Amino acid sequence: MQMPEPNATVLSARDRLLARLREVLPEEAVISDPAETRAYECDALTAYRCPPLAAVLPGTTEEVSAVLRICHEAGVPVVPRGAGTSLAGGSLPTADCVVLGVSRMTEVLETNYADRYIRVQTGRTNLSVTGAVEENDFFYAPDPSSQLACAIAGNVAMNSGGAHCLKYGVTTNNLLGVTMVLMDGTVLDLGGAHLDAGGLDLLGLVCGSEGQLGVVTEATLRILRKPEGARPVLIGFDANETAGACVSDIIRSGILPVAIEFMDRPCIEACEAFAHAGYPMCEALLIVEVEGSEGEIADQLQRIVAIAETHKPVALREAGDADEAARIWLGRKSAFGAMGQINDYMCLDGTIPVSSLPEVLRRMGELSRQYGLGVANVFHAGDGNMHPLILYNANEPGQLELCEELGAEILKLCVEVGGCLTGEHGVGVEKRELMLHQYAPADLEAQMAVKDVFDPGWLLNPAKVFPLASSEARRMAAE
Amino acid sequence: MKTMRPATEGELAELVAGANAPLRIVGGGTRMIGEAEGEVVSSTGMTGVTLHEPGALTLVVKAGTPVREVAEVLKGEGQRLAFEPMDHRRLLGTEGEPTIGGVVAANVSGPRRVQAGACRDFLLGVRFVDGTGQVVKNGGRVMKNVTGYDLVKLMAGSHGTLGILTELSFKVLAIPEAEVTLVAHGLDAEAGVKALSDALGSPFDVSGAAHLGDGTAGAARTQVRIEGLESSVTYRKGRLAELLPGFEAVEGAESAALWDEVRDVLPFAGAEGAVWRVSVKPSDGPRLCRALEAEGVAHKAMLDWGGGLVWLLVESGGDAGAFQIRAQVARLGGHATLVRGRPEGVPVFQPETPALAALARGLRQRYDPRGILNPGLMG
Repeated sequence: MQMPEPNATVLSARDRLLARLREVLPEEAVISDPAETRAYECDALTAYRCPPLAAVLPGTTEEVSAVLRICHEAGVPVVPRGAGTSLAGGSLPTADCVVLGVSRMTEVLETNYADRYIRVQTGRTNLSVTGAVEENDFFYAPDPSSQLACAIAGNVAMNSGGAHCLKYGVTTNNLLGVTMVLMDGTVLDLGGAHLDAGGLDLLGLVCGSEGQLGVVTEATLRILRKPEGARPVLIGFDANETAGACVSDIIRSGILPVAIEFMDRPCIEACEAFAHAGYPMCEALLIVEVEGSEGEIADQLQRIVAIAETHKPVALREAGDADEAARIWLGRKSAFGAMGQINDYMCLDGTIPVSSLPEVLRRMGELSRQYGLGVANVFHAGDGNMHPLILYNANEPGQLELCEELGAEILKLCVEVGGCLTGEHGVGVEKRELMLHQYAPADLEAQMAVKDVFDPGWLLNPAKVFPLASSEARRMAAE
Repeated sequence: MKTMRPATEGELAELVAGANAPLRIVGGGTRMIGEAEGEVVSSTGMTGVTLHEPGALTLVVKAGTPVREVAEVLKGEGQRLAFEPMDHRRLLGTEGEPTIGGVVAANVSGPRRVQAGACRDFLLGVRFVDGTGQVVKNGGRVMKNVTGYDLVKLMAGSHGTLGILTELSFKVLAIPEAEVTLVAHGLDAEAGVKALSDALGSPFDVSGAAHLGDGTAGAARTQVRIEGLESSVTYRKGRLAELLPGFEAVEGAESAALWDEVRDVLPFAGAEGAVWRVSVKPSDGPRLCRALEAEGVAHKAMLDWGGGLVWLLVESGGDAGAFQIRAQVARLGGHATLVRGRPEGVPVFQPETPALAALARGLRQRYDPRGILNPGLMG
């Protein structure tokens, strides 16, 4: 992974920078000891590491503003960091950068049930947002699988999704407003507690901008009343094509399941070996979950089973109670852990039109054989968001590179059939160089023009999202 | 003045690249909000459905396609645009055919916005021609996409000031089997919005929540909609009736008519006066109305989106209430757009803070460096 050369001027002025940061932050909020900055050297894309010049942990929007103003004046790159769970290297530092972590900013600022929103500081974890409103039977809908650890700051930066977005949408559909700080220290409010922000939709633009436009310190999030109940059905098929056709038939029937999860044979086998969930051995498994009252659930499951039966399933298991529901989910929820037990893996998240599912799975199988690396698939089928896990051995020289090559081929395939490189993880550094497979230079130019406006000096998370060669002139001009 | 009507994206790109004077961008011309100057460029030469994949819930369509045609194509497969776009013709007294590009350019979303989301939430991808004549695409046709910046959201509601939309892709949804509306009469705004809030805060998946103030469409009317599978609607109707004493159920076509009235703001259609569209948090809807009453701004109000979308009919004299309305909205948090009857000197959109205005100006400058796309419309 190529990263820009650290700026020598910045490196040589380190002590002066630290002194200035300590003027505006409490002593313990400025981390510069190399033994401690190492904790910020990578995120969940652990293959790439680089300790930053320093890490700072401001406690308020004002402190964030003060830090950014100092870094802006000194021309120091800043890498914003939520909880460090990015799978795409979204918060990978460079040696000349200050990592700005929001982990001390975890307060709930306001809860309003009548108007159905919560306002939080963005260091708060995704799951603890729901935790704050759960006793009143409300929840925050986006549920990335890292939700126990990941921060709202990162959710906003990456426009995170989750298993339940078929019904509830992703972060951008549940975000009403933010307080953010621009690189020059300007504090802005976008949106608020009302449903549509005025003027240009800058809120929609900032969500998913991978921390390149500003540091989001507070977020107003839509909360929803919990459904009365939820229950899944497990359906097995003897071919991926059949499972794919069944997914299409379900979503066009008018039933809106809250989740449709798809597992292929390699994944089913790994889950069985690890979690013993009692899954049937077949080519493809669907887990379809619906919500509502007992009667509503029964009606929807009955309709889904009727649709499935037209596709001649080889297995069909309806959860009768909470225990059976838990067992159906057990394998799926332990899929990543199961894979981790048997191998190192790289997890991609290319998204495809649901209709291309069978073709993509077939061609992925061919690529897998060609590269000699196993690929298991477990993904959100209802919205076409795939999660191919490429299995490799990190200790064997050359395997990581081979795995990355195969990953790139798979993502190009997703784009070729009308899909995209990433459905919910973000581009980060991982898929940066693949952007020209999805977008023409003019398309990227239009995106980079947005960064020019928000961060003319290209100091915020600069070496991410865009191919290094595409952004080079801008980054150089800024130095 | 002649209207230019390019038939393809390529022709449009050439036209814009060669333009040396301001262009006024129109779709069907049914929603003339504000008055941009310039030669008229219409998107109505670019029409047709490029792709409809019912099993993937996706539709790709050229920007000049009439909304009516989009609805017909979708209906053929039992589907629809779930964000329920408003038809402005009766409110504004305009003629012509609303286009899908016009809907997106103004991010037009109807009563179902409270549950399903706005136009921008269903928009998966855009193609547009920027102010230099460059064709740009963003997003795509898949439901989850975080590949690069989300210019799709930026273009929705940009009123043709950043680029001219040429092609759009949408997530579409199935038309539900059944719909029911629970209606009560005679509640004041506070009690009405409280009931809407109770309904929206219930687990019963309410897809419409509106309060029509006294004298707006007869006696005050408060209405809550549920949609879905037959048996589910029956169940939720019963549960909501327990939650909302005094509400009566209305079904089928009669229910649909109640929401057409709200969606298209029909109570103000024939009435004299200026019309404001105000967005605030739901419980501030009644607060805004009371504050305006206290300040002597006579008005009629229709509250959609659980109370958070306030349609105001005010006398058109003076500044049409602009000073008080904008001041109250600024105090409460939100924004007010003057949709009909603009007195000289009153801006159509809520003035922005200097920092926000600077960003918006910066973006317009980058996308339209010569300032020729709907100049002055948004600021």
